[in-house]
Amino acid sequence: MTTAIEVQGISKQFVLRHTRSLKEAFIWLIKGRKGDLSEKFHALKDVDLMVEQGETVALLGFNGSGKSTLLKHISGVMIPDTGSVRTRGKVAGLIEVGAGFHHDLSGRDNVYLNGAILGMTEAQIDERFESIIEFAEIGQFIDTEVKFYSSGMYLRLAFSVAVHTNPEVFLVDEILAVGDEPFQKKCIAKIQELAAEGRTLVVVSHDLDLVARICERGVVLDHGEVTFDGGIHEAVAKLRGA
Amino acid sequence: MKTKLLESTKDDLVRPGTSGGLADVYRERFLLKLLVRKELKVRYRGSVLGIIWSYVKPGVQFVVFYLALGVFLGMEQSSTNKGGLANYAIYLFSGIILINFFTEALGNASRSIVGNGGLIKKIYLPRQLFPVASVWVSAVHFFPQLLILVVACLFSGWHPSLLQLLAAVAGFVIVALLSTGLGLLFGAANVYFRDSENFVDMLLMIATWASPVMYSWTMVQHKLGEMWYSIYQVNPITIAVETFHYAFWLPTTDGSAGIPPHLLSLWIPVGLVVSAAVLLWGQLTFRRLEGRFAQEL
Repeated sequence: MTTAIEVQGISKQFVLRHTRSLKEAFIWLIKGRKGDLSEKFHALKDVDLMVEQGETVALLGFNGSGKSTLLKHISGVMIPDTGSVRTRGKVAGLIEVGAGFHHDLSGRDNVYLNGAILGMTEAQIDERFESIIEFAEIGQFIDTEVKFYSSGMYLRLAFSVAVHTNPEVFLVDEILAVGDEPFQKKCIAKIQELAAEGRTLVVVSHDLDLVARICERGVVLDHGEVTFDGGIHEAVAKLRGA
Repeated sequence: MKTKLLESTKDDLVRPGTSGGLADVYRERFLLKLLVRKELKVRYRGSVLGIIWSYVKPGVQFVVFYLALGVFLGMEQSSTNKGGLANYAIYLFSGIILINFFTEALGNASRSIVGNGGLIKKIYLPRQLFPVASVWVSAVHFFPQLLILVVACLFSGWHPSLLQLLAAVAGFVIVALLSTGLGLLFGAANVYFRDSENFVDMLLMIATWASPVMYSWTMVQHKLGEMWYSIYQVNPITIAVETFHYAFWLPTTDGSAGIPPHLLSLWIPVGLVVSAAVLLWGQLTFRRLEGRFAQEL
């Protein structure tokens, strides 16, 4: 098997800066430098993770455990303070649906803009355009500005663009709760189809029953550290028991 | 599908989020095109006049400056005012459109990273695209103004030489490089300190007056003396404005006013070098700062 994602000993510290203003800094100085102007916080502590190609991994943990931060490191949005992250092939993120959407553009323009943001070429978007529209069930509204879309239509279109990017590594952050129930089922089926095609999947979700259906492996994070790495059912059981 | 996956396994492991600088912008030129198109579509949304605003605004600006400076303050040459500049309207407008380009490009580029923060925090894409797209959009808005200028020139008996037109192209390139470089610099700095965009606003106000847009370069030379005048000349904006005067204003006059000495042989190359250096500096600073954009925004 070949490695798709290799995370070696990464740590990330965030500075919770209270202020940057001259005034506050001055007050801090004359008060005799009590306390620290900036407070540091470890989002990830020495995290190792190896994912083989074709694996489906769920990152589990409570709020603030560092799941999304880890996902952002894999996608390249963040750079670790120490350690290294390496990936193979095209990585695409379903990280917050519709981040690249613009309200004043038509559905069509948004498909192109969002597709390009997610790394598709012009020819690829042209080729998959019909399929994107069909999957999103947008129909005749494609040339309407997206600000007039219902929230369900908006999310469906965004999700549809993202699943059509055809990456080797797919990062999914908390977006499976999209639209009404029939569409949710369709989304999950699509994700399972991608996994069956041999794509690598890394999913962050709080919906434990759902991830248990999609993923085989579970990684539990707690306060920035990996506390469990193994089968999904044990991981879910551990999180529920904790 | 299967073969594609197999091919990719031959690729090496790479570090995600490693920036290739401005080369990435070229690689992602399709996305750049879409970002520029988005800005152009969104700019005048819901307005009745639409793109006509790109003509109306500089037109009104020109009329106001022309009346106040040309007529009231006596910059325009006339039978009662022999010391003025011939065809002051053309003189003024050729400088104004270049300054407008610089102001819009740098102002928007400085705000572009913070303005697109939502996207930068979520998805990795070459972040240099945003300042570059801002400059590009401003260049698109510059062309209607250039068109008005050329029409006005033709009515005033414009007969430029090829050299003069090339000088204008060089002037435009100088401003484009400079605003991209400063845009990268202040755009990146703005993520950490929002003072940056206020500083840029101040800088842009100075830029309008620190180059011979409203007045003539000879006035500066008389007041400052040779040494200080040379320092004044190093400003790439000054050089670019002078190339526009040379290309658009000079060929509509009898040519007696002359251009600053060594404009072609010395100052245009100096302007290009200074702007390219600023671009390099902006690019290096941007690359050093961009690793922490996602957490600072």
